[in-house]
Amino acid sequence: MSRRDYSMLGADGVRAVETGLAAAQWYHSDIPRAEMKALMKRENGPAVRDTITLYGCMLAFAGAGIALWPQVAGSFAVWPSLVSLPFWLAYGVLYGSAMDSRWHECSHGTAFRTPWMNDVVYQIASFMMVRNPITWRWSHARHHTDTLIVGRDPEIVAMRPPKLARILANLLGLVDAWTGWSRMLLNASGRLSAEEATFIPQSEQPKVIRVARIWLAIYALVIAAAIWMGSILPLMLVGLPRLYGAWHHVVTGVMQHAGLAENVLDHRLNSRTVYINPISRFIYWNMNYHVEHHMFPMVPYYRLPALHAKIKHDLPAASPSMLAAYAEIIPVLWRQLRNEELFIKRALPATARPYREDLHQTALRPAAA
Amino acid sequence: MADWIDACAADDIEEEDLIRFDHGERTFAIYRSPDNSFFCTDGLCTHEQVHLEDGLVMDYVIECPKHNGQFDYRTGKALRAPVCENLGTYPVKVEGGRVFIQI
Ligand code: FES
Repeated sequence: MSRRDYSMLGADGVRAVETGLAAAQWYHSDIPRAEMKALMKRENGPAVRDTITLYGCMLAFAGAGIALWPQVAGSFAVWPSLVSLPFWLAYGVLYGSAMDSRWHECSHGTAFRTPWMNDVVYQIASFMMVRNPITWRWSHARHHTDTLIVGRDPEIVAMRPPKLARILANLLGLVDAWTGWSRMLLNASGRLSAEEATFIPQSEQPKVIRVARIWLAIYALVIAAAIWMGSILPLMLVGLPRLYGAWHHVVTGVMQHAGLAENVLDHRLNSRTVYINPISRFIYWNMNYHVEHHMFPMVPYYRLPALHAKIKHDLPAASPSMLAAYAEIIPVLWRQLRNEELFIKRALPATARPYREDLHQTALRPAAA
Repeated sequence: MADWIDACAADDIEEEDLIRFDHGERTFAIYRSPDNSFFCTDGLCTHEQVHLEDGLVMDYVIECPKHNGQFDYRTGKALRAPVCENLGTYPVKVEGGRVFIQI
């Protein structure tokens, strides 16, 4: 039984407010204002190029999947052919995983310089990830205010003790997508959950309901098309890829904070930067530079490598690969099943400003192995 | 009638940028726009009271450094969630190379 209460309505959240952990000042590496301004500068070029590439690839993969779909008496068969599966799997990863990072970057409004471009991609990605664009904008703001503060951050993935079954099920979207769809039904009925009401201002709540109703209408059309065609083809294009393509965003997302400290005010202690391959970086839009992103959320994804180069002397060494990151994460999650006080405290290089132990006294107290 | 306060030299602020100005218990943000006009708003974001001094000025918009909420700094109008409440704005004049704000 966990001693931590991760709900937004529980005792840990109240304690975080009482002890000044909520909405607190966080550590930032020093960067001169002129350099910071250059790093924050927005352009449309990189995100336009990446967005055209992304949607172009999705069209091509889906087109190939449809072209290879078996026909029975001139109509589409119920199931796809085996030979088309690689195309569907590729389409699925772009839908169920690349859209996670598009949702994320456009929720910050940093991908494009032109606001409407951020908004359009944000709406499409939110629909594909089944994350209500209003609700999640507020939940993500809270994640940045109170990163890994128990009872305040609604986006903690690997809790203590870790919910390993939930993480594994989410490789196929089984928990998060179903939660998204049931929330959609709740919101479309004109209601919000008690937790949602804690972080969505009242003035925004009608928008949550309106979006849920629009989505419900879209899903109704897709399901009607599948029934009319007697084929799951429409659902392979819309809806199901959130399940069969989710694995990549879970694999990259878990690395962000898993196994690191909770209830601290220094992103070097609770976030992880990992060097990853270029295809994963395209899908993940450079969010593998996660300490950097949390410290400076104004910097667009295409400048995170430059930001990393500027401040890496002040950060724990980046994990050299996804494999290395998981070699660090899995053993500690495993041990947390028996001792939830365990976590990884990553060493800083000699060039870094030390952690403020006075700020994190209780959180960083040594745990028995 | 509110007082005019000598806040800074015009040259203290780069074009399309802002600086922080503290006066007594209060804190402000003073902006220089791309067309070389000056503006003043409250210094703290209306979302979670983070200072705007580390934010990004783009044309006539200030983006908050914490959650990327945006305001039009000429009018204080909240433009982008998570900010919903407008910022207070104050009259500005430039005389003899100095920026004065009326508060
Ligand atoms: S504190 Fe300014 S947008 Fe949240």
